[in-house]
Amino acid sequence: MHPIRRRRFILILISLASVACAVALVLSALGENLNHFYPPQEILQGKAPEGRTIRVGGMVVKGSLKRVPSSLQLTFIITDFKADVLVKYAGILPDLFREGQGVVVVGKLLPDHVVMAEQVLAKHDEKYMPPEAAEALRRAKKI
Amino acid sequence: MFNSLFKYLSRRFHQWGSPKYFYEYASRWLPWLAFFSTMILMFGLVWGLAFAPPDYQQGDSFRIIYIHVPAASLGMSIYVFMAIASVVSWVWKIKLADMLAKSCAPLGAVFTAIALITGAIWGKPTWGTWWEWDARLTSMLILFFLYMGIIALRSAINQREIAAQATGVLALVGLINLPIIKYSVDWWNTLHQSATFKLLEKPAMPPEMWLPLLISLLGFYCLFAWLVLFYTRNEILEREAKSQWLRAQVLK
Repeated sequence: MHPIRRRRFILILISLASVACAVALVLSALGENLNHFYPPQEILQGKAPEGRTIRVGGMVVKGSLKRVPSSLQLTFIITDFKADVLVKYAGILPDLFREGQGVVVVGKLLPDHVVMAEQVLAKHDEKYMPPEAAEALRRAKKI
Repeated sequence: MFNSLFKYLSRRFHQWGSPKYFYEYASRWLPWLAFFSTMILMFGLVWGLAFAPPDYQQGDSFRIIYIHVPAASLGMSIYVFMAIASVVSWVWKIKLADMLAKSCAPLGAVFTAIALITGAIWGKPTWGTWWEWDARLTSMLILFFLYMGIIALRSAINQREIAAQATGVLALVGLINLPIIKYSVDWWNTLHQSATFKLLEKPAMPPEMWLPLLISLLGFYCLFAWLVLFYTRNEILEREAKSQWLRAQVLK
């Protein structure tokens, strides 16, 4: 390579590396603040602030969804398999909300690790399946 | 042996860097790329949107993946391509590289916008929201703003060489955002799920679902190849308007 070109090239590499270092430092300094939600375990450890709007994410425990008759009020429990958090909510759940599915709950933390939800978002994983395959899978699991 | 190979590659590199050579080849390839990208895209999209099976949970709303994933992947790939072109333009002062970089920016912005919009449309029925400030969505929005910044910066500077350098610096700095987009879903808790297609791993969906996605992906990349050649050719027409060879070509 021509010396001038090599110098330019090295200059680019050095500046790119230094910008990468700076960004890496910023990201590691921000650290957990970049997480979109708290898992239930961190709620129980008291890492989430009380009385402020936070997000909690986890799996809806099977059989935990209870509706108050003739109203939109309901409660369910979400878990990260290390800790459980009770969620109270009044409103319409997204279509994908199901027991055993991941959700992200937006709301305020009450005392006793109860979350008063303002919004419930359904999370889904990266696995897609035709209905027949899912049906076959479910049948295979039962046997 | 390596020396002769290096010489051969270097000669090719400089040959490709000549606007005349590029113009001739681009003109020859454009109709083919137009034909193939339309055919592949139509085949992939019709298969994906009409004939592929629905998802067991999301039903038909899952089908937007056949537009969302290719557009997002292209939005990121175009950025890498643009940054490489900027480096080549900077180090070797090859004009054509700068023309390529200039043509990339609006295309990348459009594909990123398509990814963001289809993502919002997909998010509403599945997650229950149009937008969430999670790491994946936010870093993708930053990518869109980077493209817009690069376009604005170029149009704000009149002198071509300075514009090439300034946008090159911005493109390079923004390159840091790409690994953040890619790994945001693994590094942090996000609402967005992690990647379905992974290198060296089986896709997390059956063949009748990923095959149309792969074809649609190929179609989108062909579409980009067609458009970028088209715009770069236009750029050559504009910048080399006074040269003899171009007159000879156009008036032929």
